[in-house]
Amino acid sequence: MGEQLNRAFRRVFGEGGGFQRLVIQVAAILIAFIFGAAVLAVTGYSPLEAYVSMASGAFGSRYGVGQTLTQATPIVFTSIAFLVGLKAGLFNIGIEGQFLMGAMGATLAGIYLSGIPWVVHVPLTILFGMMAGALWALIPAVLKSRFDAHEVITTMMLSYVATHFTSYLVNYPFKAPGWVSQSVRINGSAELPRILPPTQLSAGIFIAVIVTAASTYFLQRTVIGYELRATGLNPSAAENAGISIDRSILVSMALSGAVAGLGGACEIMGIHRRFIQGFSPGYGWDGLAVALVGGLNPVGSFFASVLFGALRSGGMIMTRATGVPLDIVNILQALVIVFVAAPKLIRKLLGRER
Amino acid sequence: MVELSNLINAGLFAAAIRMATPIAYAALGGMFSERVGVMNIGLEGMMLTSAFSGVAASYFTGSAWLGVLAAVLVGGLLGLLHAVLTVKYAGDQVVSGAGLNILAAGFTAYMSQVIWGTRGSSEAVNSIPDLTIPFLRQVPVLGRVLGTHSPLVYLMPVITAASYFLLFKTPLGLRIRAVGEHPTAAETAGIDVYRIKFMCVILSGMLAGLGGAFLSLSHLNVFNKGMTGGRGFIALAAMIFGKWMPFSVFGASLLFGFADALQMRLQSLGLLPPQIILAIPYVLTVAILAGVVGKARPPSDYKPYERE
Repeated sequence: MGEQLNRAFRRVFGEGGGFQRLVIQVAAILIAFIFGAAVLAVTGYSPLEAYVSMASGAFGSRYGVGQTLTQATPIVFTSIAFLVGLKAGLFNIGIEGQFLMGAMGATLAGIYLSGIPWVVHVPLTILFGMMAGALWALIPAVLKSRFDAHEVITTMMLSYVATHFTSYLVNYPFKAPGWVSQSVRINGSAELPRILPPTQLSAGIFIAVIVTAASTYFLQRTVIGYELRATGLNPSAAENAGISIDRSILVSMALSGAVAGLGGACEIMGIHRRFIQGFSPGYGWDGLAVALVGGLNPVGSFFASVLFGALRSGGMIMTRATGVPLDIVNILQALVIVFVAAPKLIRKLLGRER
Repeated sequence: MVELSNLINAGLFAAAIRMATPIAYAALGGMFSERVGVMNIGLEGMMLTSAFSGVAASYFTGSAWLGVLAAVLVGGLLGLLHAVLTVKYAGDQVVSGAGLNILAAGFTAYMSQVIWGTRGSSEAVNSIPDLTIPFLRQVPVLGRVLGTHSPLVYLMPVITAASYFLLFKTPLGLRIRAVGEHPTAAETAGIDVYRIKFMCVILSGMLAGLGGAFLSLSHLNVFNKGMTGGRGFIALAAMIFGKWMPFSVFGASLLFGFADALQMRLQSLGLLPPQIILAIPYVLTVAILAGVVGKARPPSDYKPYERE
């Protein structure tokens, strides 16, 4: 029966989505929560109270669910961005920077294009965001393919550069009048509608669903998607089969950056409607964690994003209700990553291996 | 108009040496880990957690040196965790390292709120006083560059030399290099590959811990949220630029330290917007990785070693 279940799960979730894998991912999450409970208990908080308040905050009301999905939306994009790179064997850990550049590209398109109808302005703004993210990701891609510069370091460094650069833009050339470091508001014709007031949930969630489906199709059913996966699994074999490694690097990084940029664009167009310095609490990093928890496939990432969105939205409620520092959420996420990193350890803890 | 002498003077070079120190400690740490085939992108998190632990220990004991000790121990502990995940359980090295970085960011922010009640910064604590070397201080120019520094700055070249000696002049160093270059052959020759790997990754964390301690207990006397500011990643770049050789790694760190010092100096002069100046060390790191390095070959292939 196990084998049948495995096959069924693979059909739904794509490769790497076997049932056993799901068990391990869920176990990793549970173990992370147990360790998190230990941290809470040692520092004088009640783990039960914190977790209950977090869960009821995230799912216990219509408002909570709306905020959970709001928080999940950017993470869907950043996690798929990360896994598209990883499928080709690239650790794009600078998603945060591409996300910010995409947000900035969309902001500028939203402000400076005007007098055009909604049906034209929204796609154009999205396009600018995707292009900004893709171009930012192409820098480390070119450096990798031409000069062999390690992408883990270059993407990370460029992420810092993007943080400072966008913050420069909203402090100097594009600063709105007033004390806050932010741009002026984008035009109404570039906004994505809110779909569940009073929550901030926007139509961005639909775009997230489309990206999830499209990236699944792309990776599983297209030639380029196949080439990327082949490059990631075994670069030398791929090269022998006539696949250009350099092209795979450029394509996967451009796509990765475009998806991250799209995420930034949706966040601006649907939630903030302007670029505010420091608006991202680290969605790029969440993406890395979520992609791993989601078993490195888009559908899994979508559901894992909802879980992490719940951690963020429920976490805020928990902080208000119990006084537990919000950073426990980051600790939980990091613990999940650490345990997902070593499936062998989980198997051992589950008693499946010696 | 700003005089050039306001920008480039002995003080700038002294600051360059100061800012090179945390990078060099972490870079040497990264070198030991990579010498045995374990990529350590968790250096950033190890530095940050150690910077925090050092301040916390100094806060509770009143002794800055106990703080340094705590920082080194905690760094070693995180190294042990990285080794357990990646060596013992053959987990992915980049994922584990990235996880450690996020864990460090969350843990230090959480704990500083628990201890000091503020999100992401500590109270001022006892720090390590600077040391003045009497004869050196008297030498013109050079005295102002090298004469007065934290003891941890003076310790840096000593540790660099010791690392060189350990790696290239001792039997243990030979074993370390053998494990990195050809683990199967090393095991056949009777070397305990896992033990050597564990040792080097723990050492890596301890050295990163010293770098973190320097930042929070010597350069400053407080812990600030995210105070390492990517220095762990810059250290990785310095390690690659220095081609995994102790003295070259130290030299490369001096270059990155100079960029950091120049950045601070430019900020104080107020010539350019601070955000642009802040980006300089990161841009330089990318440029160096791409341009100067050429084909830097790591001493090992980063594959987890699994016994037959």
